[in-house]
Amino acid sequence: MSDHRVIPEPPKTVLHMKVNGVRIEEAIRPHKTLLEVLREDLLLTGTKHGCELGECGTCAVLVDGEPVLSCLVLGVACQGKSVETVEGMANGPELHPLQEAFAELGAAQCGYCTPGFLLTAKELLDRDPDPSRETMIAALAGNLCRCTGYLKIYEAIELAAARMRGVK
Amino acid sequence: MLRLPNFHYHVPATVAEAVALKAEHGPHASYVAGGTDLYPNMKRRQQEPHHVIQISQLRELHEVRDEGGHVRVGAGLTLTAVHQHERIARDYHALAEAAESVATPLLRNMGTLGGNLCLDTRCNYYDQSYEWRKGINFCMKKDGDICWVAKSSPKCLAVSSTDTAPVAVALGAAIEVTSAKGETRRIPAGDFFRNDGIDYMKKEHDELVTSIHLPAPNGWRSSYMKLRRRGSFDFPVLGVAVFVKFANAKGAAAKDAPVEEARVVLGAVFSEPTIVHGAADALVGRPLTKESIEDAAEAAFKIAKPMDNTDYLLSYRKEMVMPFTKRALLKVM
Repeated sequence: MSDHRVIPEPPKTVLHMKVNGVRIEEAIRPHKTLLEVLREDLLLTGTKHGCELGECGTCAVLVDGEPVLSCLVLGVACQGKSVETVEGMANGPELHPLQEAFAELGAAQCGYCTPGFLLTAKELLDRDPDPSRETMIAALAGNLCRCTGYLKIYEAIELAAARMRGVK
Repeated sequence: MLRLPNFHYHVPATVAEAVALKAEHGPHASYVAGGTDLYPNMKRRQQEPHHVIQISQLRELHEVRDEGGHVRVGAGLTLTAVHQHERIARDYHALAEAAESVATPLLRNMGTLGGNLCLDTRCNYYDQSYEWRKGINFCMKKDGDICWVAKSSPKCLAVSSTDTAPVAVALGAAIEVTSAKGETRRIPAGDFFRNDGIDYMKKEHDELVTSIHLPAPNGWRSSYMKLRRRGSFDFPVLGVAVFVKFANAKGAAAKDAPVEEARVVLGAVFSEPTIVHGAADALVGRPLTKESIEDAAEAAFKIAKPMDNTDYLLSYRKEMVMPFTKRALLKVM
């Protein structure tokens, strides 16, 4: 990182994307990650920054429906894409069934990993409404939780999945 | 917060445009597809390109095509797309296994096959923050001039940590690259890498990996085994890829059919995926039995000389070469 390697700030680019269904337009510098754009420019601080190197999963968001790590995606790479963050899960005052179940069963303790888990789990239930425990473990293998020991998270997803399928 | 340094960002519309940009900006430019290797490295100032050339949007890199039996897989396919691809999962099982074992589902949704093949080599003295590396006065791979793993080593000993490359070498695949001159060449995967932690690929800096050509499936079998501390996240600290073809009409496994062709390739032991020639010698010409597998595993164990620069004790990594080679071969029996 010697000085001769540092280059002046390149100009800002106008980024157009959809965040939680809302069209946004924001002038950003190319080196800003999606995580930084969401938290610092759009003030959507539900997405957490953890290791920032792809080793924890807490910054997971959905880009065009697919769970990715917002700390390793550039904001400018999301040009024209649709991003979903934890802020987009509830419908007004009504929580998403996953959020309900996480709260009910104690699947969120310190809560720091929760947004990443909720979105990764949401994508899983979107493509597999009745996942086996094994499928669930594989799908969530990129999200770390240091509180729950995971069991409560799996149980909460199972409960939410059952409710979403209409099982009492 | 770990922030990316400044850089100019380019979004070319074609492969030709991408390679022209790379040629124009020389070694100060980097291609980026998934960003899962480059961006963490940039955040820690291990790599500091002034120009970043995005290639994931190039459609040419996303095709899977049957070309008269052999299959051409675009380098831009995500690792998720690779292991979920029906044809790859059926005919190139080891490649699907390797792709599925990389990192985590989230990272596999981003990281690509080409990116994993070109993955930067790794080392405990290199994969650290800028401040950490400065604290030891850096190493020869970046900003310094010594190798902390072996202080008298004239070359960098960072470890090849890709899961898919050992499989590509074992299958006898070819890696296709395109240069700024518009030339396309296919390099056998076995000749693509170099045992040097810094200069670990034998491609020119402007050349872009566009696809990997997999040989026609005609009865041969393949498998991949990976050693790491956790079942997710971790890079391999040992990988074993095997390819076995039997000498009968269909080349398929059959009782007593002798092995006609075999390759055993070790990953994460040197700075390149390494073919164990002694293992092939032990397997070819005999039926695949517990005895021949034992001999092949012994040969792999003999050549493996891991260095003390990844997770786990190096003695343990060396010891594991034997059972992991055996297990990989038992899977194709």
